[in-house]
Amino acid sequence: MATAEVRHELFGHAEQKNYLTHSKGALSWLLTLDHKRIGIMYLIGVSAALIVAGIFALMLRTHLFYGDSSFLALKWLFGEASQYNSNKVYNQMFTLHGAIMVFSFIIPSVPAALGNMVLPMMLGAKDVAFPRMNLASFYLWVFGTGFLIVALMRGGLDTGWTFYTPYSIETDTGVVYATFGAFILGFSSIFTGINFLVTVNTMRAPGMGWFKMPLFLWALYSTAIIQVLATPVLGITLLLLIAERMLGIGIFDPRYGGDPVLFQHFFWFYSHPAVYIMILPAMGVISELISVHAQKRLFGYSFIAFSSVAIALLGFLVWGHHMFTSGQSVVVTLIFSAITFSVAIPSAVKVFNWLATLYKGSIALNTPMCYALSFIFLFGIGGLTGLFLATLSTDIHLHDTYFVVAHFHFVMVGGTLTAFLGGMFHWWPKFFGRMYNDFLGRVGCFLVFAGFNLTFFPQFVMGARGMPRRYASYDPEFQVFHQWSTVGAFVLGIGIVLSFVVLLHAVWFGRKVAGNPWGAASLEWQSSSPPSFHNFDHKPILHDPYDFDSIVYDKGLDTYVLREFMDPNQVPERVPVTH
Amino acid sequence: MAVADTAHHHDHHHDHGEFIAHHFDNAEQQFDSGKLGIWIFLVTEVLFFSGLFVAYTLWRYHHPEIFQQAHVFLDKVLGGINTVVLLFSSLTMALAVRCSQMSNNRGTAFYTLITMVCAAIFLGVKAIEYSHKWDQGILVRSLWAYTTDHQEAQWTLSKQLGISDWLVALSIIPAILLVAFIALSIIARLVANPILSKFFAGLAITVGGYFLGAVGGHIYMLNYEAQSAANSGHAQVAPLVLHADDKVATDHPTAAAHGVDHHHAGEHHDSHHPDPKSLDRDVGIFFSIYYCMTGLHAVHILGGIGFLSWIFYRSLKGHWRSDYFGPVEYVGLYWHLVDLIWIYLFPMLYLID
Repeated sequence: MATAEVRHELFGHAEQKNYLTHSKGALSWLLTLDHKRIGIMYLIGVSAALIVAGIFALMLRTHLFYGDSSFLALKWLFGEASQYNSNKVYNQMFTLHGAIMVFSFIIPSVPAALGNMVLPMMLGAKDVAFPRMNLASFYLWVFGTGFLIVALMRGGLDTGWTFYTPYSIETDTGVVYATFGAFILGFSSIFTGINFLVTVNTMRAPGMGWFKMPLFLWALYSTAIIQVLATPVLGITLLLLIAERMLGIGIFDPRYGGDPVLFQHFFWFYSHPAVYIMILPAMGVISELISVHAQKRLFGYSFIAFSSVAIALLGFLVWGHHMFTSGQSVVVTLIFSAITFSVAIPSAVKVFNWLATLYKGSIALNTPMCYALSFIFLFGIGGLTGLFLATLSTDIHLHDTYFVVAHFHFVMVGGTLTAFLGGMFHWWPKFFGRMYNDFLGRVGCFLVFAGFNLTFFPQFVMGARGMPRRYASYDPEFQVFHQWSTVGAFVLGIGIVLSFVVLLHAVWFGRKVAGNPWGAASLEWQSSSPPSFHNFDHKPILHDPYDFDSIVYDKGLDTYVLREFMDPNQVPERVPVTH
Repeated sequence: MAVADTAHHHDHHHDHGEFIAHHFDNAEQQFDSGKLGIWIFLVTEVLFFSGLFVAYTLWRYHHPEIFQQAHVFLDKVLGGINTVVLLFSSLTMALAVRCSQMSNNRGTAFYTLITMVCAAIFLGVKAIEYSHKWDQGILVRSLWAYTTDHQEAQWTLSKQLGISDWLVALSIIPAILLVAFIALSIIARLVANPILSKFFAGLAITVGGYFLGAVGGHIYMLNYEAQSAANSGHAQVAPLVLHADDKVATDHPTAAAHGVDHHHAGEHHDSHHPDPKSLDRDVGIFFSIYYCMTGLHAVHILGGIGFLSWIFYRSLKGHWRSDYFGPVEYVGLYWHLVDLIWIYLFPMLYLID
């Protein structure tokens, strides 16, 4: 039976020998093939993108505080008569906010950052199948995001993140840079997708069947299917757009007989499935958070697993609902509307299963659980308002209003950003071996939740009353809603910054924790914290990822271990997770 | 219980084969992962081309007339030659994979080199086709400047040789590469690095394939133009292009004056080229789609030559064994897909009638 030293080595706090201290120097990070380090580089990158795009959001919300048409934020910075003081700047702000948030933050946030760190460990593997491709994916992300920034420098971008033709062909802003950036980011996403598909298929620990995988992996797998099948279509669409702008090939340009609606079809054939690239991994995170922090087996494992796959597949069949007002035939519109409703079924299956899991669970209201609960609430609203938009008659009224803006922010921010933050708070102790200040973490979560609702709930009202999206000025009747929304945006911003501060503080000053502080049962917790370079110092012992009875508290290590590894002098007991 | 055999688990890659990455348990897992990975990648490639196929389908469905008018500009013989070349290269690729499975590195190197040369021949022929069209202003929709007017070559050299400026421009980089690879091969021989010397010699031969294709295609075009000029001069139906002959003969009676012997390459009064006024404005859309499809395909051929060079180099190093030949097989699969896409492009673009 394991001695105290061996137990400490396997499950304790890894003081010296871990992936963070494995080798030193900038190059050992920049050229690393280790999935955990690549994940952390991704984490830094997407967080930077979040902050940059978030600043754009705050600037345009500042502008919208008053309904006049001067760009308020930059008026303060550059003065009344500055060239930046115009609605053009507003157009560029919301475009780059959208483009950077979607392509550089949300899409890679959970899969490429958290997924990279967690996926191989959950499988009991040493790395992803193609570590070099993984690193290449990160550098493609860097170049792609760089091109978006170049677009900002070279005349900005004012097409909206959707690059609709014919305006994207006519505008004199940096469309080519931005679309090329998005093209490269697409390949980054494809590389991650291929890697995850292959890793899950071929590198599961011996004996780990598909239905013994944690649900986060099902979510990442479904996401990877979409990444691989949808992103190439975006790639060719953006290439054709670039060719259209530079050469005038006439496929999308009505001046040459082209069809601008064809561009919309191509674009949404990717970009609607991409919505599920954004939300599916977040749902996977929530499945882990709910079960671990309620210490209860997930209710309806196979339903949650298959609902991920169902969402991934249905996601390919609903793109036309972005184009109800673009002049599609009535029959096509009806079909798209009906299929769109059907997406609500697997989504609701997940929500009900999470709620059923919480029922009679021993819920610890710590930071990750607060984020999970907040996700369920916000995603619930985001999902239900989606039904308003899938309904043809209401969509005609709500199309291109703030209602749509509020709807997808409830899903993308209320859903994905919330899950991303919750996932960071959940896995942070594993990857840095330190516990954060849970009270401040919860304060941050509350600010995010409250600020978010304050920002976007008024937008539902505005949208229903006819406030169109993307306008730089508005009628006086909307002013009070815009002002609430702007205040909320700053609260949300403060909440996010506070969360980052809490996490960063923990990296250096947090209380040291051992391998499994939450009493979780999936394989990544069967290692020291931070994990060693090869992830596991022993072959992880395969068991049910949601069998929390197999996990017991070890006083000597102050952490949870498998029953087999428990100190033989100690009586097995289950101690609730505390701080 | 599990601890006893575990503490130094991560040292176990001593018994790994030479080319098995540390994170794989064994050669089989590595091979399976690579094979699944390349198949998924091929799926993404198919989807990457799918947008172009959709655009083609829509345009052809809504505007069949521009496809009727446009396809006479494409030469079935040159397209057919390229099809045969690519099919043959798929055969040699398959033989290369077979050799690597039998641990026959010499055979793998040989067949890989043939495959590379075929790829380069394909590009050479493509360069002839492209330059020929650019000369006559057969461009994408917005740049469409098609004319049957006589266009003199601008550069003295190209004028004397009767070749297009565009062809010269396309051939500059291959020419530089040819010289560079020959030089590098000689240098490698001088510093007694036979593997590198063979490698660069192989690359030089590959680039030679480009010029083989270009010169062959050029000679074909000269003969073809001469022949069709002669045929239309004698008011006979040209053997290859049936459509526009009468029109050319009536619109350009001077063509009759050109015998085979007096033919000048800069003139394009052959039956490939109907009267510009008879064409729909949107014929250029066909060529937008043509250039996007064949251009993207040519980029994949170039990428394929890159991957094949890597296989060729590793074959010269003798890396392949019957239990390690994954990369050859993966590149082979990629190559077959590139071939397969052409098998679709050829009838869709060249064989419309």
